[in-house]
This record gives sequence, C-alpha cells and structure tokens, in this order.
Amino acid sequence: MKSSVITFPGSNCDRDMDVALKKFGFKNKMVWHADAELPKSDLVVLPGGFSYGDYLRCGSMASKSKIMQSVINFANSGGMVMGICNGFQILVETGLVPGVLLRNKYLEFICKNVFVKIGDKNNKYFKNVNNDVLEFHIAHNEGNYFCTNDQLKEIEDNNQIAINYCDENGKIEDQFNPNGSIKNIAGIFNKEKNVLGMMPHPERMIDASLSGEDGSLFFKNLINNLK
Amino acid sequence: MIVNEQVAVDHGLKKDEYAKICELLKRTPNITELGIFSAMWNEHCSYKSSRLHLKKLPTKGKKVIQGPGENAGVIDIEDNDAIVFKIESHNHPSFIEPYQGAATGVGGIMRDVFTMGARPIANLNSIHFGSPQHKKTKNLLRGVVHGIGGYGNCMGVPTIAGQTSFDSSYNGNILVNAMTLGLVKKDKIFYSKAAGLNKPVIYVGSKTGRDGIHGASMASASFDEKIEEKKPTVQVGDPFTEKLLLEACLELMAGDSIIAIQDMGAAGLTSSSIEMASKGNLGIEINLNKVPCRETKMTPYEIMLSESQERMLIVLENGKEKQAKKIFDKWNLDFAVIGKTTKSKKIELYFDEEKVADIPVNTLVENSPMYDRKWKKAKLPKRNIIKKEDIKHLKIIDVLKKVLANPNVCSKEWIWQQYDHTVMGDTIQKPGGDAGVVKVHGTDKAVAATVDSSAVYCWAHPLTGGKQVVCESFRNLISVGARPIAITNCLNFGSPENEENMGEFVECVQGIGAASDYLKFPVVSGNVSFYNQTKDQGIKPTPAIGGVGLIKDYKKMITMDFKEVDNLVLVIGKTEGHIDQSLFARAILDEKNGPPPEVNLFNEKNNGETLLKLIDNNLIKSAHDVSLGGIITAVAKMCIKGKKGINIQKPKYLINELEYLFAEDQGRYILEINKKNFKKVADILNKNAVHFDELGTVNENEIYINDKTKVTIDELSTSNTNWLTNYMSK
Repeated sequence: MKSSVITFPGSNCDRDMDVALKKFGFKNKMVWHADAELPKSDLVVLPGGFSYGDYLRCGSMASKSKIMQSVINFANSGGMVMGICNGFQILVETGLVPGVLLRNKYLEFICKNVFVKIGDKNNKYFKNVNNDVLEFHIAHNEGNYFCTNDQLKEIEDNNQIAINYCDENGKIEDQFNPNGSIKNIAGIFNKEKNVLGMMPHPERMIDASLSGEDGSLFFKNLINNLK
Repeated sequence: MIVNEQVAVDHGLKKDEYAKICELLKRTPNITELGIFSAMWNEHCSYKSSRLHLKKLPTKGKKVIQGPGENAGVIDIEDNDAIVFKIESHNHPSFIEPYQGAATGVGGIMRDVFTMGARPIANLNSIHFGSPQHKKTKNLLRGVVHGIGGYGNCMGVPTIAGQTSFDSSYNGNILVNAMTLGLVKKDKIFYSKAAGLNKPVIYVGSKTGRDGIHGASMASASFDEKIEEKKPTVQVGDPFTEKLLLEACLELMAGDSIIAIQDMGAAGLTSSSIEMASKGNLGIEINLNKVPCRETKMTPYEIMLSESQERMLIVLENGKEKQAKKIFDKWNLDFAVIGKTTKSKKIELYFDEEKVADIPVNTLVENSPMYDRKWKKAKLPKRNIIKKEDIKHLKIIDVLKKVLANPNVCSKEWIWQQYDHTVMGDTIQKPGGDAGVVKVHGTDKAVAATVDSSAVYCWAHPLTGGKQVVCESFRNLISVGARPIAITNCLNFGSPENEENMGEFVECVQGIGAASDYLKFPVVSGNVSFYNQTKDQGIKPTPAIGGVGLIKDYKKMITMDFKEVDNLVLVIGKTEGHIDQSLFARAILDEKNGPPPEVNLFNEKNNGETLLKLIDNNLIKSAHDVSLGGIITAVAKMCIKGKKGINIQKPKYLINELEYLFAEDQGRYILEINKKNFKKVADILNKNAVHFDELGTVNENEIYINDKTKVTIDELSTSNTNWLTNYMSK
C-alpha cells in the first residue's frame, strides 16, 4: 500500500505520521506543499501541526497551497484522504468535509488521552475494528467542532460522524467533551466516507511505551481494509 | 547624538566603565559604538559579577563533549549520538509581558540548541510566581503558560517536564527559565568559532525590527515603578518562522558549507557577530544597509541592538552562497550576505557608505569589566526544637491533605496539559513524574531530563541549598532509571551589588560546585540572571538545575506509580527527622527559621548508585525520590498515580510519627519491590551499606497508617488535583 504525507510549512506531525505508516506496512512518501502532483497513493494524509503558523485561521492558508488542488481532485475521485488535527482543519477549509473548528471552549491548548466512540463502521477507516471505543490522544487549541443545524442534520442522516468523545464505556456526555465540540464530535467523514477529518492523533498511540496502543489497532486495520 | 558620561549612564554603564571605554578606544565612542559597548558590557552578556565564581565550577568529565562557553553544552550518549542542552532565564521580559516574554524565552533556548546542529527533542521549564493571593499572580501564570505552550507546541517539540512554585518573594519579579535538549550526531556538531579570511557573513531568518532594543540591558537592571514603560524592550516571538528556520538550518547543516553559526539572542547582531569574531580571533566587517529590515529608516544603532527573534548569523565557505540561499528561499526566509571575516580583529560597521563603528573585538570581550564583588557569608541558622504540645493536636491525614493541596506540591496538570508533551512520538514518561523521558528516535536508548530548584533551602543556607538542588536533580534522574550525566544551571539571584544577595550567589555556586564535583555530574552550560528584584527587595536565591541522564534500554525505565497489590514498599536512606525548612514546618507549623536538611554527598552517591544497581537487576517496580513534604507525601503521590493504597507501619525507632512522615532528610527514595525479591534487594542494600526501612505493603485503594488512621486515595487525589484548577478558574 502506498501513502503520501503532505508537509506544509509549519507541519510538525509529518514525521510521526511517516513513522506510524511505515511501521504498519505502508510505503510512504513525504510530499512538499509546493509540488503540483501527488505521487500514486492509496492514502493521502494531511498531518498535524501549525501550517502557516495557524495565522489568519487554522488550515486556511494551507488549504490554498499548490498541492491541495491535486489532493482535492484525488478525494473527489474517491481517493482516501485523512486529515489529523491541523489536517482536519485544512480539510474543513477546503470544504471536503462540512463544518468549522473553533477555539477550544476553555481557550486553552489541551494535550491528553481521550476515549472516542466509533460512530460508523461502514467505511474503510473503521470497518472491522472490533472495539466500539478507542483510547486516542489529542493535542490541539482549535478542535471545537461546529456546524449549522442543517449541516448537522445532514451529517447525522448520512452517518458522517466518525467518532465522538466519550468515557471508557462509550458514554457520550458533556463531561467527556474536552473542547466544546457540538455533539462531542471528534471526527467526521465526507458523504462518501473516503475523506476523514479527526482531531485525535492515532500516530502517537503506536507503542505500549507511548500513550497507548489503540493507534496501532487503527493503522493495522486501515491497511488491511485498503488491501 | 553627542556621547558623554550622562548618555553612557543612561545606557546602564557605570561612570568608570565609560572612562575605560574611552581609554580603550583612545577616543570618545559614537552613539552606535556606545550602544554596542553597553550591550556587551551589561551583566547579562558579560557575566561581570559572576565570571570569577563560575570559573570554579567543575565542567569536565568523560562524557562531556562541550562545556560552558558555546551556545549550549554537549554530552556523549554513545553510538555517535550526543545531547545538546541548556537552560536560560527570561525573567524580566516575562514579568513585563508574560505571553511574549515566556514564548521568546522558549524560542531563544531552542535556537541555542539547533544552532549547534541538534534537532530539539524536549523542552522543560522552571517557573516561579508570587504568592497565589497576590493580585498579579494569576494573570502572570496564565500568560506564561500560554506563552510557553504557544511557542513550544507550534515548534512541534514536546514539553516533557517542569517545575512551578509560588513564593511571595517573586511577587514583583517572577522567574521563567526554559530548557531544551537536542539530539545530534557527534561528528555533526556546529560551533560559533569563525575561521578563515574573507569568508561571507550571512544573515538568515526574520527581518530586523525595532523590537527588543536594549532587552539585555533591561535584564541587567532592577525593576521600579516605571516598569510598564519597558514593554517595548520585550521581543515578540514568531514560532512559525522559527520552525522554518529550524528546518532550513538543519537542511543546510546536512552539507558542509557552514564554518560557524551563532543565533542572534540577547543583544542581537552585536553579540552574535562579536562572539564569532572573538572566538575565531578575527575581525568582521558588516554593511548594515544589507541587513534585511522590517521597518524603514532604521539607524545603525537600532539595527545593531534590535533583539528581533528568529535570526541567525552564519559564516559560510566561499562559493556556497547560492546553494545555501536556495534552501532559505525554499523555506521563505530572508538570506543576505551582509559582510565578511577580516584579519583586522575589529568589528567594523558601514552604513550609507560611511564607517559607523570601529571597535577592536578584544576591548568588548577580554577587556570587559570583571568584578570581585563584596559578599557576605551566611551563617547556618540554629535548629528549632519542636515542642510536643505544638504538634500533638495535628492529625496526620489532615496534614497530609493540606500538604498535597499546597500550591508547591499540588498536581500541575492544569499547566502541563496545555503543553504538547507527546509530539515527536518518543515521549515515554510524561510530565508529573520524577523526570521526563524521551526515546532517542529509532533506538532503544532514552534520555531523561529534570529541572529542579529549592529556593527555601537556598535562602536558609545557600551553601547547603546549592548542594541540595544538584542532589535532587541526581535523584530525580535515578528514580526513572537513568544514569545522571551532566547539568545545566540557571542562576536566578537578586542584585550582585548587594552583599547579601552576592553572598547567596557565591555560596550557592560553591554548593553546586561541591555536589556536582562529588557526584561526577559536571556543569556543561548555564546562565546567570541577577537583579531579580523590585526596588530593594530581592527574590529568594533560586538556582535552577537542569539534569540530563541516559537510560540504555528504555524498557528498564521506572515510573513512580504503585504497580501491584501486596508488593513491598521500602524507604532507602536514613530518616533523622529534619523538620526545619520543610513544607511541614513552613506551611503547617508556620515556622520559617532554621537550617535546611543537611546534605551528605557520600550517602547521595552511594544510595543513588545502589538504586541504579537494583534497577539494572530488574528488582524495582516503582521508585520516587523523597523531597518536599517527606515520606508520606512521596508515598501518597505514588498511590495517586498508581490508583493503589498502602498499609504503612512506622519503623520503631526514635522519632515520632509526624517527624518520620514529614521530615525532609536528603538522600532518600521510596521503592516498590516484589515480596519474593526482598532478600535479594536487602542483600544488595546491606552490601552497599545503604540504610533502609520497610515501610509497608501496597493495597487496593487506601492509605492505612499503623492500622489506625486511614484515608481513601480518591480523597487524596482530589486534594492534590483540585487546588490549581480551582485557583485558575476563579
């Protein structure tokens, strides 16, 4: 399986993603934001970080970089595109997934482990994951997902909610919402579910000595689903 | 502008220093030259009051590749890997403008590290605020934490450990010390020594603006009521540009075109160019019209003294300019050839085709003032005798809850959750433990780092306090299973012109020197911050020690959370019952006098080395050093972290329960071991003459003391975690 990770100026989880993808069997290539063409890929990842310093609006400038036109075309033709954290913010700015990401409710950066409940398994990202609840890791300042009521109705009707913040038993309640996201949303799909944007960083959970191993589970499953 | 004695005094120079400048130049300096002298001769850059004493610190060792004198220290961690590290203060700017002050402190120290070719892999910080009741404290704390996070998070470097304290002596002068560790290949370390004639001098990074002019001079003076006016001397940070600068520099460093490189930190272009020339015994000629400027009509004076951030000065090999420029273009950074190296041994500046400065380099560096300041030796205070009736009404559990909720003991999760501590994917011990630990990427090795200070002990008796901080650093590293290698120090003190403050400095440095020498734990880098005072009120002496150690096999790392019910808990090191200057004495008995606990270097070394042996033999399940709050506080934290309890039986010797549990005697650790290994452990401890007490056994979720007092871990956990969160949300 071939993957590509895009490096924007200010990306800082690009290496971590490269390490994770390779660990679970992807042949990964790093792609520079100013390139025009995507290499042949089964998966394209927009990594976390602070592209363009998060100036103007998180993800806004990166969404206009040269490579993004190819990424958008790739997504529109059904290619798998995953945006993590700042990558999610970039996806939102391109319009590939609906909604916006606001500043965290308590106006503070949050770095910690959280539990998320998988909202839909009828897609290549989560199909065949046995667990319903995963322990993931978040590290962000603008992860407060927001959309209009109409948009919300649409994404709920289409089962586009990928993951919600919850407790270890999968209970989705306000008190387990770290950033104020509407409906505890931690990640969403586009309508066709080939594009996934999520705040948690599975690439930081790929070794028992790190924050946990549910990231390993996610990547192992992902590559199997793509085969 | 005409330069005279008054203008020099306004620049922070003393009258006799001005006279010396005129004598060295054999003429009156012009205003640009005066600015340069004032920047180089201030306390912050010249170490004029401290040099004499710092020289005595042990700085050499088998693992030391580079000691003090470079951008940062470098130590060998085997297999051609090396760690570059340093701590630095940004106290004055952080008090004036907490967000930018703290942010640029973090930015500055990371630059010091990647200037040497190392990729930063971990950040730490030591931050100290006034009393929680003081009206400024909350906003300063919030601003500093946001600033540290804002910069470090954006750079993508994990903040893995730190220390926060509150004390009214910081009411008018907070401390913000930032430390960075970087990883480099031993044969790819870059230095700041220029070499060769007619080599191009290159300016890269951000453009130069009018921010931070005289920042270093501001940091060399006391605060007064006009402090708000100094806001323009605080630099403004742009972590995004620094991230680009980091990547661009490392990309350039992969080749072989750099002769020397130096970041523009305090005193900007002035100190960086002079540093490079001085180390290389060369001259440097700069055309200031070539310096990329952000604002129009900047004068030579402003260009030379600006402390705009995210800038570097590089001496390149001839003919490599084009190739280097390509890299900086790719990263959208300024790149300008602004001068060349010369044989003149002078710093010669041109602006609008006129020579605007012409100063022999040695007058700025070797001939800079050095003072043997008067200092007062501190007496060891008399010990207090605790009267039985003063403590007999105290209930252990109530005291324990108070101690756990004390601002200086409570959980600092509210702070470190705002720092990205997991980016780079190598963090294997997060903040909240004895030391932060990151894996050396792609290997089985891991590096542990801690930052510590004990201002109360240093204030009570500087010599003992100085020793103690180094020992605590040593213990924190050993507690996670790391072999301590070297330290960096950030020496935060009041005015060197005050004999008592100077005495505190001299004796703390003596203490640090004695301990680091004995423990073979040399000082490889550091920074001095004097004038931490408002009007005449100095801070408590606060040397912060950043320690670094190596874990050869990361799987042998130890954490402090209790692991398993029925395991045995031991205390190693003798408990004499030293209460003076303990948290118990200060916070519970309200007794502020008396000596700090004595430091026995032999025991420190012996106990620590023996624990490392036990860890190496896989005999230790968890470990934690005993410090603030004594045995019971250490044990309670192990319980909280491990969500387990303990049955404690106080050993039956001498002192009473409160003294045993809350004393802050040094050289002690709490260990958790499997019962079946007790004999093996006891043998090793006995063979090495290490005193130990059997403290108790791990249970499900309560602390039981002598079968009569008990408390649930949930209750203790609440006391421990709530204070800071509640304080900040009010």
